[in-house]
Amino acid sequence: MIERPMGPLPLDVPVPGASFTDLLELVGAGPALTIPPGASVPSVPEGTTVLALRYEDGVVMAGDRRATEGHLVAHRRIRKVFRADEYSAVAIAGTAGLAIDMVRLFQVELEHYEKIEGIRLSLDGKASFLARLVRGQLPLAFQGLVVVPLFAGYDERLESGRVYSFDAIGGRYEEIEFGSTGSGSRLARAYLRTVYRDDLNADEAAELVVQALVSAAQEDTATGGPDLRRGILPNVVRIDPDGYVELPDDTVRPIAESAVETIQ
Amino acid sequence: MTIPFYVAPEQLVRDKAEFAKKGIARGRSIVALDYSNGVLLLGENPSTVLHKISEVYDRIAFAGVGKYNEFETLRKAGIRQADLMGYLYSRDDVTAMGLATAFAQTLGMIFTRDPKPFEVEVLITEISEDSGEHRLFRITYDGTLYDERNFVAIGGKAEQLTESLEELWHEGMTLEEAFDAGVEAFRRAEDRESEGWEAAVLDDANGLRAFRRLDVAEFIGG
Repeated sequence: MIERPMGPLPLDVPVPGASFTDLLELVGAGPALTIPPGASVPSVPEGTTVLALRYEDGVVMAGDRRATEGHLVAHRRIRKVFRADEYSAVAIAGTAGLAIDMVRLFQVELEHYEKIEGIRLSLDGKASFLARLVRGQLPLAFQGLVVVPLFAGYDERLESGRVYSFDAIGGRYEEIEFGSTGSGSRLARAYLRTVYRDDLNADEAAELVVQALVSAAQEDTATGGPDLRRGILPNVVRIDPDGYVELPDDTVRPIAESAVETIQ
Repeated sequence: MTIPFYVAPEQLVRDKAEFAKKGIARGRSIVALDYSNGVLLLGENPSTVLHKISEVYDRIAFAGVGKYNEFETLRKAGIRQADLMGYLYSRDDVTAMGLATAFAQTLGMIFTRDPKPFEVEVLITEISEDSGEHRLFRITYDGTLYDERNFVAIGGKAEQLTESLEELWHEGMTLEEAFDAGVEAFRRAEDRESEGWEAAVLDDANGLRAFRRLDVAEFIGG
């Protein structure tokens, strides 16, 4: 039962008290869900390929726009890359409905902590918390409703971009060069491995992530390449010392056009 | 079994109110005033880490005077409430009106039920979406809720500050003018030099999260 929202303020909350997710659980609206064992799991949209890559000043992150349901295209313009806070972004693959909700909770969690404590969580702290959210989905993961995020951001203390990948049970792995998750992730990584350098600038990094997505879309039917006729372009974001920026379509379009031309 | 002494409710309320007022009068005041693009919150605060002014939600800010631990408890509870509402429904459903009512209800309840009332006064401000009037709510220790216009002051010197601001405030001030007016009001109300300022704004220019702390040195110097 959820507390009546317009009642008196929630004054007494057990320590540590800065976690929004704990607060949600306290009022009975927590994210944990379970499905009875043996129940048939409905067919729901799945997000596919997202990737993040470190460059000189920070990180870029990109995602295709397709969600699939079995062999069908469920959505053509889904968003899989989100701003987490001023200095980080999160991308999702797997069961779209659960993943998008996880991102929403993650965003509120970071903002809540920042407001309560008056300081942002460290980048490592944010990644740990995201791992906890993934682990919270473990019972569902065993029934096929898997959510695997990708997390990237600019570490204000180390003054560098960082990328974290995860597995279905909440394992957290820091990536030195680039990370990717989703059905086309192996193809995207294989492409990046051949072209990655550690002295990339922001523009080159944006070109490489889009090329890697185009490359993955060539062989993975679940990954949607840029659809130039319909104007469906990948979401590309960049995080550097100045914070989070989403590249506008006008910037992404020429990159996507040239990637479609060049990738064989 | 001992029979407690009978105390008339009038007496009880009067005593509690007097006690709370005394506590609040010891603390330093805060003012909030409208300017052309938002709302400025300004107060005397020698500490740079213990804040009295804080962000609550996208377009809503909080300020408290009196006992630090008490208004800090209220501040955190307000943030919890706002984030819960925004998450369960939509970000648009969090309003200063709703929050101010919850603050008033909470303070009112504490005043009647608890042996010791909170020695605080709080301010909830919200900048309007369209060019309409900004919201300035003042809530006193006993849960009384005031809906103010253009400017408001809380704390021990609230009366003097309000009087000065009536003279100093005018429509369409720039941020710099509003800041100067606030400082001038404090100068008239207090007969001593300020030991430091805390200032923040809710300003449309800051994007979705309109709250920003100000670097006071920039304004004092200029």
